[in-house]
Amino acid sequence: MGEFVMPTLGADMSAGTLIAWCKQPGDTVARGDIIAEVHTDKADIEVEVFVAGVIEKLLVEPGQQVPVGTPLALIREDGKAPAAAPEPPPAAAPEPPPAAAPAEPARLLVSPSAKSLAEELGVDLAAVHGTGPGGRIQRRDIEQAAAATPPPAPPAPAPPAPAPAPTEAEDRQAGMRRAIATAMARSKREAPHFYLSETIDLSRATGWLAEENHRRPVPDRLLPGVLLLKAAALALREVPELNATWQGEQVVQSDAVHLGIAIFLRGGGLVAPALHHADELSLDDLMHGFRDLVSRARAGSLRSSELSDPTITVTSLGERGAETVLPIIFPPQVAIVGFGRLVERPWISGGQLLPCPVVTATLAADHRVTDGHRASAFLTALDRLLQEPEDL
Amino acid sequence: MTTDEIRATVLRMLGEIAPEADPAQLKGDVDFRDQLDLDSMDVLNFVIAVDQELSVDIPETDYPRLGTLDGFVAYLAERLGTPVVP
Repeated sequence: MGEFVMPTLGADMSAGTLIAWCKQPGDTVARGDIIAEVHTDKADIEVEVFVAGVIEKLLVEPGQQVPVGTPLALIREDGKAPAAAPEPPPAAAPEPPPAAAPAEPARLLVSPSAKSLAEELGVDLAAVHGTGPGGRIQRRDIEQAAAATPPPAPPAPAPPAPAPAPTEAEDRQAGMRRAIATAMARSKREAPHFYLSETIDLSRATGWLAEENHRRPVPDRLLPGVLLLKAAALALREVPELNATWQGEQVVQSDAVHLGIAIFLRGGGLVAPALHHADELSLDDLMHGFRDLVSRARAGSLRSSELSDPTITVTSLGERGAETVLPIIFPPQVAIVGFGRLVERPWISGGQLLPCPVVTATLAADHRVTDGHRASAFLTALDRLLQEPEDL
Repeated sequence: MTTDEIRATVLRMLGEIAPEADPAQLKGDVDFRDQLDLDSMDVLNFVIAVDQELSVDIPETDYPRLGTLDGFVAYLAERLGTPVVP
């Protein structure tokens, strides 16, 4: 009998709230199926299952917040006999969460559009019964509540207005900032960072890309960032000790390159889901995966493996960012690569001073794992690979 | 398609890309990428939407003309052969 547990989706996560089950007892599941939706401080996540079998029992109800590692369901794995089910876990958190991630009050599960409608119609969300998955309050619940509300009585002298409760967006933003602060403070506290930078000539890369995009239909165009991602992924093959995580007191190198892509969210904050096997993807597949990740990150439909799997993170400030970024390693990873804005600068090439598009690449690495010599090798490989864009 | 219709179409497409913003509040003479906090992926998605909905293929060399709403509406009007109304 396999246990399906509340996954850890990063070093900044200590607990999660089950939003809804996507499967029920008796349902057959295959590896990779979405089995539940979970709310974390950073995002609502679709959680995958990593065994094939049949759902035997659900142990946690939607709306419950439980610590990472808590069994959520029992799954009878293919080829294994049913077994007696253990007792379900205690409701709510069995132990106090760490101070850095204080327990939240009972959260109302409300869709964003329902929240807006409630504000518009003056409906008190606390008095609304949600009929969506896991008791989630939906628009129709608000409409019914509004219809059932008697007309307001004549106004009485108004008492002093209480402090307004935070909106769902504000609540989410606070959770996001808290999660980022926890992870970044831990990183700076535990990982001795060092930084190396390289200014890279992108004239060949941008020239090749302009020609390539000129002949492509609009939907198939590539962004410059995709070349940077592919070059970084390939450079990691040459300096694989940077493609690793720190576990306990030792480094564990990964055979696969799963690039965490830092994506800013419109409400504030950022997430860094994984582009799996980025070094093995063609530029077209990489671009497709990149677009898909950005779209789903902003729509709130990332999958659990995308948040738990990155082996290194890449952050790119894009065409409107600063020229240089000095990023902080996302634990338990041991390195992060930052790209600033592509700018045109005077550049000496072949004895001539010419205008040249350049990008500043910065590597932050963990001194427990590597040193300047090997980090330099990574940046040198990155530079070399970007001089041969047709081979990426 | 009139310039008013082009503007309305552009505002709707921008609203779909940046759903948290109110495109009606956009200033026509200020870079809309700054006003809506659009990144390069957003701009590409916008260009794809223009291509698919208006059948206007915007070459990358024309991307600088995406700067302001007024400028971009004029660009699209030119590409679509919309008569200029004084």
